[in-house]
Amino acid sequence: MKEVDARGLSCPEPLMMTADALKNADGPIKVLVSEPHQKTNVEKFAKDRGKKATTTQKGSEFEIVIE
Amino acid sequence: MNFADSKKKLAVAGVICGLVAACLAYFGNPANMAFCIACFIRDMAGSLGMHQAAVVQYARPEIIGLVLGAFIISIATKEYRSTAGSSPMIRFVLGMIIMIGSLVFLGCPLRMVIRMSAGDLNAWVALIGFVGGVATGAFALKKGFSLGRAHETNKANGAVLPALMVAVLILLTCTSLLKFSEAGPGSMHAPIIMSLIGGLIFGAVAQKSRMCFAGGIRDVILMKNFDLLTIIGGLFVVMLVFNVATGKFVVGFNTPGIIAHSEHLWNILGMYAVGFAAVLAGGCPLRQLILAGQGSSDSAVTVMGLFVGAALCHNLGLASSGTAVNAETKELVLGAASANGKIAVIICIVVLFIIGFTCKRESAK
Repeated sequence: MKEVDARGLSCPEPLMMTADALKNADGPIKVLVSEPHQKTNVEKFAKDRGKKATTTQKGSEFEIVIE
Repeated sequence: MNFADSKKKLAVAGVICGLVAACLAYFGNPANMAFCIACFIRDMAGSLGMHQAAVVQYARPEIIGLVLGAFIISIATKEYRSTAGSSPMIRFVLGMIIMIGSLVFLGCPLRMVIRMSAGDLNAWVALIGFVGGVATGAFALKKGFSLGRAHETNKANGAVLPALMVAVLILLTCTSLLKFSEAGPGSMHAPIIMSLIGGLIFGAVAQKSRMCFAGGIRDVILMKNFDLLTIIGGLFVVMLVFNVATGKFVVGFNTPGIIAHSEHLWNILGMYAVGFAAVLAGGCPLRQLILAGQGSSDSAVTVMGLFVGAALCHNLGLASSGTAVNAETKELVLGAASANGKIAVIICIVVLFIIGFTCKRESAK
């Protein structure tokens, strides 16, 4: 699965990287972020594009699988 | 309550913040300054003796409330993260640039919107520059701009700025150490407790809604997303109603008494620098205070840059003057950008292009 590591990056970099990855991906992608507001942004971004986002919290960070 | 999950709730967040700003203006804050982040940080820098402009010195409890409101709500909702390490000194410079651009225009993006809602056409002119600056920042982002990753640090590190704000509040309420303007905008203020509560509410709502004036336009340009712009719309409408209802809605340029000037080019370039720098820093001055409150030391360093920028502006004569009526002769004295301010804005814009197009993401190098 393609992985996007956006941990610690400022807005809107996590979203831009997610958008890029989705454009070039065939299957699901995994996005790693560290801030709760970025988690919400990525989930919303996926939802707006008709994708399913599943989030798991790993310590203080988040792993979002978009498919 | 999560404000960020629907446009309606985001508009409500904007309305709440607009009501806070209108309320504080009604109870004593300079009318169309109401809740200007740049002006209030400048006033606080003055109260701490960082500059000697006697008319703009007051430790604004709104700023203290914003940081503490974001701090408290982020801890309560488990969003507090103590982080640092994403190019702090570049962020410091961006903070200085945001303040210099703001004080040449005479207001941060929040005040620009408040001035727009009061019919001040200079603010509408400056909006052109602000949108241009945000667009240039968005272009830099598309070209791979990044300030790098922040990492988790010692939990206490993120609490330093909120603790400093508590210290300023104690100095303000329990001692006479801080400077306090006897005339001018710094002397105009709502009661301390009201300003503090207003700041706490504004800070908490801004944290939950992710309110950002640069982000609002940036998201429209980059992803055709109107969410953050909706909040600004809510705030604009409330302030518009307030200004019309209280007779403060005056359409025109060169309106005396509203602390603004009509040098169009410098209004545009000042806000161009602010928009550009705010996108590179990941948020407008308000957003920097909120991020600093929720534990980001990088944003706290940006806030320090705002303070130092404010001190420089008044110590070196970079800040513009507002159009006013001479009390004795009753003549209209036009406000203007100073020569030093003009040179500073040009230097700032050059520096922004260097930062914007040389700091790249690892993958974009």
